[in-house]
Amino acid sequence: MKTMKVNVVTPDGPVYESDVEMVSTKAQTGELGILPGHIPMVAPLEIGAVRMKHDGKTELVAVSGGFLEVRPDTVTILAQTAETSDEIDVERAIRAKERAEQRLRERQQENVDFRRAELALQRAINRISISQGKL
Amino acid sequence: MASLRDIKNRITSTKKTSQITKAMEMVSSSKWNRGVMNAKAFVPYMEKMQEVTASIAMGSKDVNHPMLQSRPVKKTGYLVITSDRGLAGAFNSNVIRQVYQTIQERHKSNDEFAIIAIGRVGRDFFAKQGMNVVLEIIGVADQPSFSEIHDITSSTVGMFEDGTFDELYVYYNHYVSAISQEVTEKKLLPLTDIEVPTKMTSYEFEPNAEEILEVLLPQYAESLIFGSLLDSKASEHAARMNAMKNATDNANELIKSLSLSYNRARQAAITQEITEIVGGAAALE
Repeated sequence: MKTMKVNVVTPDGPVYESDVEMVSTKAQTGELGILPGHIPMVAPLEIGAVRMKHDGKTELVAVSGGFLEVRPDTVTILAQTAETSDEIDVERAIRAKERAEQRLRERQQENVDFRRAELALQRAINRISISQGKL
Repeated sequence: MASLRDIKNRITSTKKTSQITKAMEMVSSSKWNRGVMNAKAFVPYMEKMQEVTASIAMGSKDVNHPMLQSRPVKKTGYLVITSDRGLAGAFNSNVIRQVYQTIQERHKSNDEFAIIAIGRVGRDFFAKQGMNVVLEIIGVADQPSFSEIHDITSSTVGMFEDGTFDELYVYYNHYVSAISQEVTEKKLLPLTDIEVPTKMTSYEFEPNAEEILEVLLPQYAESLIFGSLLDSKASEHAARMNAMKNATDNANELIKSLSLSYNRARQAAITQEITEIVGGAAALE
């Protein structure tokens, strides 16, 4: 089958690089699947998983926002943070999840930045489920 | 002439100083290595970001975004990147001097500019001068990760968006090589001069160009700041490494010349003693 190059790059360096048959992920406008030969496109991503299919296997990369840049033979994902499923620090994610939940529970109190806590919770849940191979 | 013991004391203390500077040199050299590696790891992200931003911002003429437009300048922001610690030669003073002079030239009153200081040295200087420091960040790690400084970058970009200032310049030491760093002034915001890549791609936008710019431009500006910070960190460690190397060399030089005068003084003392003994013996005859 035809393949294309996929790069996941973050400010702290490249995270993932490989040839795959299909990339699917969640953009802000909805689920997006990309096959080789796609027209050039740019789309912002949600916090979620990027699924890379190759030889019948699926690899997962957790991204927290960022962009997807598509060209016919390459796909580049620019994310502020990204981890492959075996790189995720699960304990840290669990701690982050608890911390974010704690913040959200204290809803009545002032000085709590909800938007931030919510995003942190989303990122933590995303990392945990990806490390367990779900999604 | 200094006494034997005085010279000996000076030699010992200089030796100890040189041990310390030698150790600091080695620490900086390993930090410098990692700093350069970090800066290199960042390059692919920056290049892609630049390519995409330029393609979108230049490719579609009808896009309007506040971050792309110059507006009348009532207040200028200066982002000054210095280090937290000294002993890095002229690293900090070069940046601070240039910013200070520029501000003196361009502005008449304190209301016309705002300073964002990264690093303790810069913060202390501008606070002492009574200048308008709106945001200060100290204790940035030697190997900063993007998530660590995300707060800094997003609040800086936020200040441009909410009109705290109408343009933003960044000043930092650009890393040229291990022995040379250059103070650089870069205009960050508004993003009027994005380098246009040689190969332009016309993209489809999902959902549309405006909404993508909405998300992309702040991230682009943030990565520019992060890039400058990494550059400055690499320069800092290189500058400190050099400063410490010079200090060690000077200490060794000093030890050499002190040893020489020590040996001379010792020889003089021995000669004098012999003269005294001979003189004494001659007096008895």
